Amino acid sequence: MSDDQLLKIRDIHLEGRSDETWTPIINGIDLDLKRGEVLGLIGESGAGKSTLGLAAMGFARDGVRISQGSVEFDGIDLVNASAAVKRGLLGKRIAYVAQSAAASFNPAHKIIDQHTEAPVQHGVMSTKQSQADGMELYERLRLPNPEEIGFRYPHQVSGGQLQRAMTAMAMSCRPDLIIFDEPTTALDVTTQIEVLASIRDIVEQFNTAAIYITHDLAVVAQMADRIKVLLKGDEVEEADTRTMLLTPTQDYTKSLWAVRSFQRPAKPAINTGATPIVSVKNVTAAYGKMPVLFDVDFDIHAGRTVAVVGESGSGKSTAARCITGLLPPKNGHIEFEGVAMPLDYRHRSKDQLRQAQMIYQMADTALNPRKSIGEIIGRPVQFYMGLTGAAKRKRVDELLEQIELEPDTYFSRLPSELSGGQKQRIGIARALAAEPKFIICDEVTSALDQLVAEGILKLLANLQDNLGLSYMFITHDLATVKSISDEVVVMKDGRVIEQGPKAEMFKPPHHPYTDLLLSSVPEMDPDWLTDLLKARGVDNIGDAAVGKM
Amino acid sequence: MSMLATLITVVIVSTLGGWMFRFAGQKTTQNTPYFRDMPYGVAVGYILGAIVVLWLAQTYYLGRTLEAPAANKYFFFVKAIDLFIIFALAAYVFRIFGRHVGTSATRKLFRSMPVTAAFGVMIIIIYTIMAIFAGLIAPYGQDQVFPLANIVPGGDPALGGNPDFPLGTDQIGRDILSRLIFGAQNTVGIAFATTCLAFFIGSSLGFLAATVGGWVDQLLSRAVDVLMAIPALIFALLLMTIASAWAGSDKGLLTLYMVVIIAVIDSTRVFRLARAVGQNIVVMDYIEAAKLRGEGLAYLVFREILPNATAPLLAEFGLRFCFVFLTIASLSFLGVGIQPPLADWGTMVRDMSQFINFAAFAPSVAVAPLLAAGAIALLTVGVNFVVDWMLHKSSGLKE
Repeated sequence: MSDDQLLKIRDIHLEGRSDETWTPIINGIDLDLKRGEVLGLIGESGAGKSTLGLAAMGFARDGVRISQGSVEFDGIDLVNASAAVKRGLLGKRIAYVAQSAAASFNPAHKIIDQHTEAPVQHGVMSTKQSQADGMELYERLRLPNPEEIGFRYPHQVSGGQLQRAMTAMAMSCRPDLIIFDEPTTALDVTTQIEVLASIRDIVEQFNTAAIYITHDLAVVAQMADRIKVLLKGDEVEEADTRTMLLTPTQDYTKSLWAVRSFQRPAKPAINTGATPIVSVKNVTAAYGKMPVLFDVDFDIHAGRTVAVVGESGSGKSTAARCITGLLPPKNGHIEFEGVAMPLDYRHRSKDQLRQAQMIYQMADTALNPRKSIGEIIGRPVQFYMGLTGAAKRKRVDELLEQIELEPDTYFSRLPSELSGGQKQRIGIARALAAEPKFIICDEVTSALDQLVAEGILKLLANLQDNLGLSYMFITHDLATVKSISDEVVVMKDGRVIEQGPKAEMFKPPHHPYTDLLLSSVPEMDPDWLTDLLKARGVDNIGDAAVGKM
Repeated sequence: MSMLATLITVVIVSTLGGWMFRFAGQKTTQNTPYFRDMPYGVAVGYILGAIVVLWLAQTYYLGRTLEAPAANKYFFFVKAIDLFIIFALAAYVFRIFGRHVGTSATRKLFRSMPVTAAFGVMIIIIYTIMAIFAGLIAPYGQDQVFPLANIVPGGDPALGGNPDFPLGTDQIGRDILSRLIFGAQNTVGIAFATTCLAFFIGSSLGFLAATVGGWVDQLLSRAVDVLMAIPALIFALLLMTIASAWAGSDKGLLTLYMVVIIAVIDSTRVFRLARAVGQNIVVMDYIEAAKLRGEGLAYLVFREILPNATAPLLAEFGLRFCFVFLTIASLSFLGVGIQPPLADWGTMVRDMSQFINFAAFAPSVAVAPLLAAGAIALLTVGVNFVVDWMLHKSSGLKE
């Protein structure tokens, strides 16, 4: 073993406890990491990425155990190490950055107080030194007001800033190894860039080794020197980033790479003069006194998909709430096939409600966990169509076939017995059961793995072709926009910035914000981030470029 | 002083023993994950548990072998251990019985049941049978007075018992066994009805407040705050006094008033829980989907919200049932609850409470009031075991 070798995992097996038995999660994976090297771990959810990442710290979550194999960190056996030895290492020489900084910071303490905890506990620095060091790190991570930001509470800074503060915290003892567990998954594309660039910089500056866990290939391509692909607890393949991107050898890896290629053929232009299915006319809305939408105006035509894009807080979901009548607009109105609808959903007739259906982002919260699939889909069938008994069952079976699920297998199951993609399909079936003309899809694929998301997009496209549905497709993911939309509406701060057919939107010239959005989408090219930062001016990548400050 | 010395010895033995136990486990089993990942506290717990079991066994042995009056000290301890073993065995046998008899659904249910739940189910079944068939099971009537008052439980004439009255008689000569059986009918039946009523009122109003919100929520919640601000037992006493004036000599009507009064007072607690649980559920997307579908309030509350709130409500039901039960017993103890000559466990404890003073030198005499108290305790424990198990099942909690 060379001196360069920092982490050596051999034939590691982890097991999770479910129903009184231990089921395997990771089946014998080897992992090597040199000093200063960044390893990307990718795979879909349930592949065991996070479990393996934690095992690299000699740690297993509650209900999980390391059953076999060894983890050697700088010559120390972490599996059999005593708690005292581990205490001395974790936080000091090995650090961890969690996915959701907002959930991982203690909201009751100031950021800097949480930052100084580890160095002071480990006796690396005094509180004063650590605070000064924290400010320096904040500056290097390009946080605004590095002198002052640490003295705020976690809720007083934005999500992207908090994620960087957490990276700074992980750096506080200058560890040899940092494990990043999906640090940018919960962030908008524009914010993601800042965090990615800061993480990459600081890892290079301190020659820290890192394990970067993500499901986003384009992100890992920017960050990692080597990539390891996991599938259901097994290693699929491992190679240098460039080799892996250009010449993946395994079929599974190739399929992951191919996901982004799904694209619908362009549809002919809309007849001018045709009445749109839904038109949003000069809508202004507010939550209480706080205005959130300003003079929003767009049309959705029959059989077409309108993608509404923007970062979180841009008002895309609020626009959907105005259309459904959950949030009656202050000004303006909603027209359905040329007829103005009552603004409040409680004043709409059953038939008006039936016309516009909704599919939600989180299928977990969108399906009642105590009802069987048959009941969930059967209720709108009975409610709107008045079908009961055998006729209802027949209609539910038809719907299940439309969403490509076997009716007899799934009819009596509960939502908890389905996978994420299947749940989302049930959400689609429930919307279809009302036989609507128009469906609002609110980030329907953003909680799903890429392969599964692609399946959902294809299903939605097929349904549109067969049933002539119109979609309002809310998303922040421009790859999804490219693949499914006909028209695009770009929103920012409650206003429509730009709108038009897809082909025009993806061709310059753009509105500056559209340009920023488009250029922030990571590409599968390992040089993409470097090139982008050069193009934007390296010193300028912080919030200034995003136009927030 | 010897107490302190014992305590120190136990602490030293368990701290050292815990470490040695874990170390020995790791060495003999080649560091299997079970011993490797065992926290120190757990290892100490094993040793402490072993010490406690040893102490129990030793005390039990002393109580069994010593002659009276030295054994008097251990009388209740020995009885408790005896009963514990008998009930545990009975529950175990009951579970085996349940696994082999009945429909396939109940057999499956018993297969997944821990012994504690089997115990709870057994107790509830026994009490239910007692309550329903009290007239057939009980050897005498609940208000039947015999000339033989104050017979000691046990049925041994040498100790002041009488084989005709296995659990003895009270001060005016009524058979305690018969009164215990009739007490199940009165106390448990009334408590069950009261709890159901409290839950009906509390949960429907709570869900209503959560779903509708706004001024309906304000009105209901503030009204509940006002009711909760008054100490429950005193409030119940006050209302019962008014109710007794209204009811006059009609004892059935007074019992009905009592059920309503306790139900309303207890429904405030249920309301708070139902509202809090309901508020977490109404923000879910499936509720929004149902609202947008145009569903009415009743469908939202009973078909969408209620099924998701059953777990916390069930847990509360078990607890609330016991509280209601104890409230009724307290009211009866204070003289305004279930009226004589109806048998009621609370009243029985009150009537014979002074016998507890004899515990030191004539333990079998002191058993008389404890029989009714034991009946209350047994049901409380049994109901909670069953509720725990149901919660565990419905929440899918691990371990």
